[in-house]
Amino acid sequence: MSIQLGGVCQPGTTRANKTGGWRTFRPVYDYDKCIKCKLCELLCPDMAVLPRDDGFFEFDYDYCKGCGICANECPKEAIDMVLEEK
Amino acid sequence: MTVIRTLDKDKMDVAEGSYAVAHAVKVCRPNVISAYPITPQTHIVEDLSQFMADGEISNCEYINVESEFSALSALVGSAAAGARCYSATTSQGLELMHEVLFNVSGMRLPVVMTIANRAVSAPINIWNDHQDSISQRDTGWIQMYAEDLQEISDMTAQAYKVAEDKDVMMPAMTCMDGFILSHVYEPVVLLEQDLVDEYLPAYEPEYSLDPKNPLTFGAFADPTAYTEFRYLQQKAMDNALPKIEEAANEFYEIFGRYYGGLIDEYETDDADIILMAMGSLVGTIRDVVDKLRAKGVKVGLLKVRTFRPFPAEAIKNVIKDAKVVVALDKNISLGLNEGSLFTETKASLYNTKVDVPIVGRMIGHGGRDIPVKTIEDIVEEAKGIISSGINTESKYADLKEELL
Ligand code: SF4
Ligand code: SF4
Repeated sequence: MSIQLGGVCQPGTTRANKTGGWRTFRPVYDYDKCIKCKLCELLCPDMAVLPRDDGFFEFDYDYCKGCGICANECPKEAIDMVLEEK
Repeated sequence: MTVIRTLDKDKMDVAEGSYAVAHAVKVCRPNVISAYPITPQTHIVEDLSQFMADGEISNCEYINVESEFSALSALVGSAAAGARCYSATTSQGLELMHEVLFNVSGMRLPVVMTIANRAVSAPINIWNDHQDSISQRDTGWIQMYAEDLQEISDMTAQAYKVAEDKDVMMPAMTCMDGFILSHVYEPVVLLEQDLVDEYLPAYEPEYSLDPKNPLTFGAFADPTAYTEFRYLQQKAMDNALPKIEEAANEFYEIFGRYYGGLIDEYETDDADIILMAMGSLVGTIRDVVDKLRAKGVKVGLLKVRTFRPFPAEAIKNVIKDAKVVVALDKNISLGLNEGSLFTETKASLYNTKVDVPIVGRMIGHGGRDIPVKTIEDIVEEAKGIISSGINTESKYADLKEELL
């Protein structure tokens, strides 16, 4: 692969940069508390909250940077931020 | 080659510098203009607005914005969409663009922008020096400085020619001294539309933004690739060196006017003392050289027309046989007490066999007048350096001790 002048590339190619490794805290759902309000999906700046068929959501840990916005905004405190361990 | 100006009197108008530039931009057929008015650049963008209102620029959008930051940002998108783009600014406006300047260059967008050079605040000062553009020298823009109205007008077309060259693809600043050139009226041949059409083909970028064929511009580069992007920008600057010469030569063939490419020299062949400078100051030095030559003083002038890329080789070839070189700067790097032309010329000689004493004299800051007498005094002092060596390497040549 050689680089293109000015960093021109096909759209969506930044998916190759898995940024989940930058995370210190990992968001974890407690589905018993979740009311499926979608706020976490709407507010995630990294589009790392993916809808599931059953109406709940799951995290895409390849791209979730652990900012904690979802946990902070969840009206039901259904998301826990857990320290990543290597 | 020295300056050739076989100006056809029948083609000449008396025009204001800003008008000459605006006219030059018009005949270069821009597709998008975006600018925010700021003294002393204002007349350029006013004249362009007038051309737009009068329907004189076809296939062009003039985007009004609320700041210089937005003006240049609007051009990032426009240039990426394949438009030939133009802006103009100065001083604080240029400094406000700082972040975007890097983006334009990094995305390899050949935007051309006129800088009506002005001092920077504080204290507020609207008059001319070169601190504004010199402070942007590391942003990856080609920088050229014009001596008079004809040159800044013609330089506009040359800048597009170089910037849009496939081997360059870098933005360019064409610099004219604020007020001294922007607001003065001089006889000038307004850039001829038919000849510009012959000289400057339409801009055809290799990639452009298009909803039908989406692309990402200026994408993310992590440590595994960032260095290579910067390397390629430097390579483009290296490529620009011969392209600037070519653009000047080709311009001469079509228009019959020539000012040098990277540099120009005047009476330097046998000169013991060579004065180097950029911008309108060069005109004053020309007169001083004539005056002193008539008295038998072996003094010559090296005009640096292109400051980025820095024409180190060309400069070295001119000054290598001199007995002393004085670089005159309308800017200062605070903390080093040197102007940039001096610092960079001196640095480019180190590690070479050329061993010429070189000193820097800062002059004309914040619009302070540069009378012939000041230049003559500098030459007088330079004679002393030949006989007894360098006393002060760099200093202000026109400091008013009585105000301190
Ligand atoms: S922690 Fe931040 S990045 Fe991760 S899912 Fe929540 S909002 Fe998105
Ligand atoms: S914000 Fe909380 S309650 Fe709403 S969907 Fe997300 S986890 Fe469930």
